[in-house]
Amino acid sequence: MTTVRVALPVHLRTLARVEGELPISVEDRPTIADVLDALEDRYPVLRGTIREHGTSRRRAYIRYFACGQDISHEPPDTRLPDPVAMGSDVFQVIGAISGG
Amino acid sequence: MAKVRVLVGTRKGAFLITSDGQRRDWKIDGPFFAGWEVMHVNGSPADPDRLYASQWTDWHGQVIQRSDDGGVTWNPVGNEFPYEGVAGTHQWYDGTPHAWEFKRVWHVEPSREDPEKVYAGVEDAALFLSTDGGNTWGELAGLRTHTTGQTWAPGAGGLCLHTIIIDPSDPRRMYVAISAAGAFRTEDGGETWAVATKGLQSNFLPDPEASVGHCVHRLAIHPSRPNTVFMQKHWDVCRSDDAGDNWREISGNLPSDFGFPIVVHAHEPETIYVVPIKSDAEHYPPEGKLRVYRSRIGGNEWEPLTKGLPQSDCYVNVLRDAMTVDSLDSCGVYFGTTGGQVYASADSGESWQAIAEHLPAVLSVEVQTIE
Repeated sequence: MTTVRVALPVHLRTLARVEGELPISVEDRPTIADVLDALEDRYPVLRGTIREHGTSRRRAYIRYFACGQDISHEPPDTRLPDPVAMGSDVFQVIGAISGG
Repeated sequence: MAKVRVLVGTRKGAFLITSDGQRRDWKIDGPFFAGWEVMHVNGSPADPDRLYASQWTDWHGQVIQRSDDGGVTWNPVGNEFPYEGVAGTHQWYDGTPHAWEFKRVWHVEPSREDPEKVYAGVEDAALFLSTDGGNTWGELAGLRTHTTGQTWAPGAGGLCLHTIIIDPSDPRRMYVAISAAGAFRTEDGGETWAVATKGLQSNFLPDPEASVGHCVHRLAIHPSRPNTVFMQKHWDVCRSDDAGDNWREISGNLPSDFGFPIVVHAHEPETIYVVPIKSDAEHYPPEGKLRVYRSRIGGNEWEPLTKGLPQSDCYVNVLRDAMTVDSLDSCGVYFGTTGGQVYASADSGESWQAIAEHLPAVLSVEVQTIE
């Protein structure tokens, strides 16, 4: 097992009633989907807010960043970079810039 | 002693505004769900401490919140609204078939008898029911799969089911309204539906006899006369005295018959209120004067109610779910504006007081009368 550090946008931290980064335990060499599955298992209130119900597609205004790269368009079974998988860097869930 | 609790949904959160039965002094609590669009907050008639709220953003989609203590604390409940079976298609703006896609909940309507039972009207248009306090939702698919469903097309605001009225004398009979499909009635708790639009005229429809395609903005009934239904349409204010089977226009001397909300006085079934808006292209009051219009004879003859409302340079809108009445002896009337004001009248509309002046744009206003 390994621990991935997950950073959520403010609306989701409020919804999940958490502060700061979240340590999420997953099997070694996790994929994007592994981390999100584990995150939603631990915080069921996040289901549907990052990925759509049913299809598990990333919501349109959400992005995933890791090691300074936008990995949003990678397939969900893409393995996370080693620094993120091993907890030295953060898996970031980002909300789009938006006005109004 | 009686009190009132005004439930306000805004573009950046929810607010609860409370007063005693005098309705002179008001206290504002909030924002709840700060930063989210709160489409609607509504209370259970069977248990006034039970509230439901629909919060939404483009980023994170739909969340339903429930309070069991009158809005002091809230907890998220179920936010999955799966269409039953193969969702199929409706008509898109360009006339092509478009897959039914859930976007958000516009309106939550708790049952009159059971606080665990609550209906939700959603975009793309469908009606959902929860019987476990909002934890799980199932579609009443007979509406969306109505024979006309494939021809429904969205208005600019989306294909939204925004109005749910439960007949207090028979909870199996309900009315719903969908923009821009029309009005529908069920007699069997939502299994089957009939189009309820005969007599409506919509200039933008090429077929004068069209049964669907009418942009119904709001329906209202008085509990004592559930067969009489009032309607504010895209243009035209209308009424039906046979449960929606036939409609006639009652716009009469209104300065404009465009508008969004319509409500009925709590104790006078023929006293109705609308807020005229200049036009479909200019969503603000005619002449920059914010005027509620009241008819005391069920339509056609209307009087402006202006005392306490801005009568110059006012360019706000009042949205379809943003007007309501309380049930105190002297009927209170409430509405919210896209400018962030909430106005209340404790005397059936004769005079108005701003009970909130600087909120985000108001999307919805409900009131609970708590004895």
